[in-house]
Amino acid sequence: MRHSLALTVNGQDHALELDTRTTLLDALREHLHLTGAKKGCDHGQCGACTVIVEGRRINSCLTLAVMHDGDAITTIEGLGAPGDLHPMQAAFIKHDGYQCGYCTPGQICSAVAALDEIRADMPSHVSPDLDAPATFSGEEIRERMSGNLCRCGAYSNIVDAITDAAEERV
Amino acid sequence: MRTFDYERATSPAAAAARVAGTPGARFIAGGTNLLDLMKLEIETPAHLVDISRLAGLDRIEETPEGGLRIGALVRNSDLAADRRVRRDYAVLARALLAGASGQLRNKATTAGNLLQRTRCPYFYDGNQPCNKRMAGSGCAAIGGFSRNHAVVGASEVCIATHPSDMAVAMRLLDAIVETVRADGSTHAIPVATLLTLPGDTPHVEHGLEPGELITAVTLPPPIGGTHVYRKVRDRSSYAFALIAVGMVVQEDGSGRVALGGVAPRPWRVEDADALLPRGARATVEALLTGAKTTSENAFKLPLVERTLVSALAEVRP
Amino acid sequence: MKFDTPATGNAIDRLTIIGHPVDRIDGPLKTSGRAPYAYEHHAAVPNPAYGVILGAAIATGRIRSIDTAAAEAAPGVLAVITYENAGKIAQPKGPPLALLAGPRVSSYDQAVALVVAESFEEARAATRLIRIDYAREQGRYDLAAEKDAAVMPPSIFGGESDTAVGDFDAAFAAAPVRFDQQYSTPDHSHVMMEPHASLALWEGEALTLWTSSQMIAGARRAMAMLLGLDPQNVRILSPYIGGGFGAKLGVRADALLAAVGARAVGRPVKVALTRPQSINNTTHRPATLQRIRIGATADGRITAIGHEGWSGNLPGGSAEAAVQQTRYLYAGADRMTTTRLAVLDLPEGGAMRAPGEAPGMMALEIAMDEMAERLGLDPIAFRILNDTQVDPENPERPYSLRQLTRCFEEGAAAFGWDRRRAPGAVRDGRWLVGMGVAAAFRNNVPMKSAARVVLNRDGRVTVMTDMTDIGTGSYTIIAQTVAEAMGVPLDSVEVLLGDSRFPVSAGSGGQWGAHNATSGVFAACMKLREDVALKLGFNSAETVFEDGMVRAGNRHVPLAQAAAEGDLTVDDAIEYGDLDKRYQQSTFGAHFVEAAVDAATGEVRVRRMLAVCAAGRILNPKTARSQVIGAMVMGVGAALMEELVVDRRFGFFVNHDLAGYEVPVHADIPHQEVIFLDEVDPISSPMKAKGVGELGICGVGAAVANAIYNACGVRVRDYPITLDKLIGGLPAV
Repeated sequence: MRHSLALTVNGQDHALELDTRTTLLDALREHLHLTGAKKGCDHGQCGACTVIVEGRRINSCLTLAVMHDGDAITTIEGLGAPGDLHPMQAAFIKHDGYQCGYCTPGQICSAVAALDEIRADMPSHVSPDLDAPATFSGEEIRERMSGNLCRCGAYSNIVDAITDAAEERV
Repeated sequence: MRTFDYERATSPAAAAARVAGTPGARFIAGGTNLLDLMKLEIETPAHLVDISRLAGLDRIEETPEGGLRIGALVRNSDLAADRRVRRDYAVLARALLAGASGQLRNKATTAGNLLQRTRCPYFYDGNQPCNKRMAGSGCAAIGGFSRNHAVVGASEVCIATHPSDMAVAMRLLDAIVETVRADGSTHAIPVATLLTLPGDTPHVEHGLEPGELITAVTLPPPIGGTHVYRKVRDRSSYAFALIAVGMVVQEDGSGRVALGGVAPRPWRVEDADALLPRGARATVEALLTGAKTTSENAFKLPLVERTLVSALAEVRP
Repeated sequence: MKFDTPATGNAIDRLTIIGHPVDRIDGPLKTSGRAPYAYEHHAAVPNPAYGVILGAAIATGRIRSIDTAAAEAAPGVLAVITYENAGKIAQPKGPPLALLAGPRVSSYDQAVALVVAESFEEARAATRLIRIDYAREQGRYDLAAEKDAAVMPPSIFGGESDTAVGDFDAAFAAAPVRFDQQYSTPDHSHVMMEPHASLALWEGEALTLWTSSQMIAGARRAMAMLLGLDPQNVRILSPYIGGGFGAKLGVRADALLAAVGARAVGRPVKVALTRPQSINNTTHRPATLQRIRIGATADGRITAIGHEGWSGNLPGGSAEAAVQQTRYLYAGADRMTTTRLAVLDLPEGGAMRAPGEAPGMMALEIAMDEMAERLGLDPIAFRILNDTQVDPENPERPYSLRQLTRCFEEGAAAFGWDRRRAPGAVRDGRWLVGMGVAAAFRNNVPMKSAARVVLNRDGRVTVMTDMTDIGTGSYTIIAQTVAEAMGVPLDSVEVLLGDSRFPVSAGSGGQWGAHNATSGVFAACMKLREDVALKLGFNSAETVFEDGMVRAGNRHVPLAQAAAEGDLTVDDAIEYGDLDKRYQQSTFGAHFVEAAVDAATGEVRVRRMLAVCAAGRILNPKTARSQVIGAMVMGVGAALMEELVVDRRFGFFVNHDLAGYEVPVHADIPHQEVIFLDEVDPISSPMKAKGVGELGICGVGAAVANAIYNACGVRVRDYPITLDKLIGGLPAV
């Protein structure tokens, strides 16, 4: 079964006709050739496929492309490019917040959105007081980034990178 | 994943009628569990009715009685961030935040969370016998890897647990599910009875009719007290519970308690609530009466008790 | 360049860029999602077909029949490949597993079919339409049950399986203080974030394969052998690799079946393994059973040390050499190690980050902690007392450089080791808090490595080698090496890796990549310098290369001028003499961990981690540090959660996804500290560097275990240390 849909990816409009089974991740990678979002597990268990849809980070492997007709999507390619990097991308380089690079686009998309979630007063598992506004801390970042596995184990550096980028934005 | 037709629903009642009237049809909203299982052909819908954009089902509203009506499509992250939930139903916010990851909570819905299926690894492996996946094929978890499995409420043919954290809090708070059926009629079902125990039919997990659509979950007015949700797991985040304890305790020591990770559904025994003032041991004995363990999951019994002791100490320092 | 005498002063010693914490040169591509991995070469291959592998539903037995008719008739399907129609595929000599099974099935999820279709969705769906009738047989799946039937393997790490010096039994029996304990480590999975993936393109008899491989030359040899091709007709490309940790040392089913599938459909085909396949279909670190005996004098000098290890593998597979480090690490006149290998019909065991030492140190360094306690000694003091400057099995062989004691001393000071108290003595609210320490040890391996360097008329230098960067930082340290050796800025260097058309390097494995690959590049640069000097009329012995200029006396000429008439191209390799025979070359460290145990639930949280490493010259402290902290994370995983659960009835790893096989997440890992001792090892290589990427994992698990013991007084000897193993020993609540 095929279905037509429109996606706005990184500000660019795309008209697609896809097998209904196509995930958003596969639509990006195999049809739009935006391979920055990675397939690490295809089951929402690693976070490598994280993209930002309508302002929110999601696992693009666990959603059908056809369900996103009309949505605006930001992928790692849309955050920045070599020579014009997003501050979060630059912070990852500065702090060596990656090694093999395969989880990296997901980590960066997730980090950008996680900072937005704190700003939007969304609490986390480690927020000490639910009645108080959500705040930034190393512990908060570690919890909020826990949906992004990094087998190379760059976690300590990733937290440094996000902290640096967050301070720059304040 | 098998092929399927896809359509977008126009209203809850129309969606219910469509699913009831179409062979192999299913609702899809967040999709974080359904798609996961479709990729493995554990779920094989022939037709998906997308309810994710139904108007009005993504709202949290106050009820005339002073409670909250949570639309079925409210995202787990939005529900946990809602100021009223954080203030008056903190155990629910805590349970939600203890589950999954930020990305998944941004997609997963209230109704979908309640109806999510077990994470038993044998259920997930189509090459292994599983009575839940294929009735009558046997249970590989019994006699196999059963560390994460149920210690109460299970049966001779299935020892899978219900994996939800949110559902434990909903059960604790006496939440009620609102549904619409194919004929347009609406119904109210307590979360306490929504999910069924496996018995001889572990493939049947709830009492909803074909096409019956959850439209909202209603919380009674706030009950006050101190809210605690303690989830115990092997890693610090992004993992299912080994056991979880949800609890609301009042200043006089009375309260209520529900468990996750120990049973095929969120586990609460109302008689056990009455024993809370007498302490953890009596309460747990009542909660886990008739517990049946394997060599691999027997640790859950002392773990539940120790966690409850610790949680009570946090509430009554 | 032959390296057979210790290095003297050389161009690298200038340290204008080597030794500096340079950002990765591949960073902008990786952080912007523009570095293409094996499945992502849309620009090179615009219209590939998609292959999806079906794995065996049984662990042991035989395929009676395969019915592919429904799959072949399914929409979009171009071909269904099974052993019946795949054509001739040779059986590799090395690994015991056939990459395409049939009729014999030797392990669960072994590939039995490939479906090639127009789309991924169509290929995946069609795999489910293949009907296979299996004759299931009972296999051997339980290491403990097979332990007594285990035999001595032909070798471990290419050396003797058993070693003995003096009379261990007599010395142990006579020792005033004796310790005898058993340990176990479970099967581990690499689960690098990028599952194995390959894209195959045929042009006549020539195969081009983009694949995620740590060892390009090995992949080329293997593909040629499997398919009966002239190696000249096989090109392997692997510019970016999403982690490997040993899982991508050899080619797997994705590579073979992409090639076979592409040949069958006359069109490029790409194949990625699913995450469950990456666990049961590929290799894993085998489980071990270990027994350690230590005899000592009352004042703590080891007189006898024995380490026995058992592991299992498929017939013909290798043993996990868990006893390896015990041959080298501590003094003791009478000593023995034995390794025994059982036959198991589980998925194939293989190398995973620091094979041997990683599980071996997890046991040995608990044993040392236990023995120190028995002796009433501080665990660091006990280890320092038994430090050695010679190979204890061959005392005439000195270490090239061994600063283990300094690692402990500097680490103890930096970590605040003097604040450590008796087990169970420190409480912080809900938490019992403790400190643990362990040695880190991993051998240094010299290995031939070649490179090509090209100087062009703009003064830019391009370096080509089939070396891989699996996250290790190869791109960056190779660029630094060229910049240092040729006296050019970093941005004048282009690094091309991961292509079998380039000279053969050491590849990525066994922590040998960095110093061997850079030494090979250094050799080529030295030869290029000679050519440049000749071209420019300098006496090569006196020339200085810096700031893009070549100087001798008061004459100076731009480097670029040497290539004015055309590119200067030079190939060379580093080749080693017998320095590794004359000197034991190893890397050393000390791991410090502070852990907290929830007094009620037994949940463990690692609060602080420090590694002090002595690994020769550190070429880039930023990327080297990342290697070490990453290994420490993997060590925490091994200590606390990682375990492939064996279903001993059906013979497979049950928790075959990333929800079931838990690895550490952000929330598990605190800020980590690494201290590198400022040292150079001129006996190792002209770079005077050694490996560091695996040193970081060796010992971490035991340091966590020892910290848990110090926190709560519960000693767990069977990894992982999950809370169910702790709560029985915790104080009553």
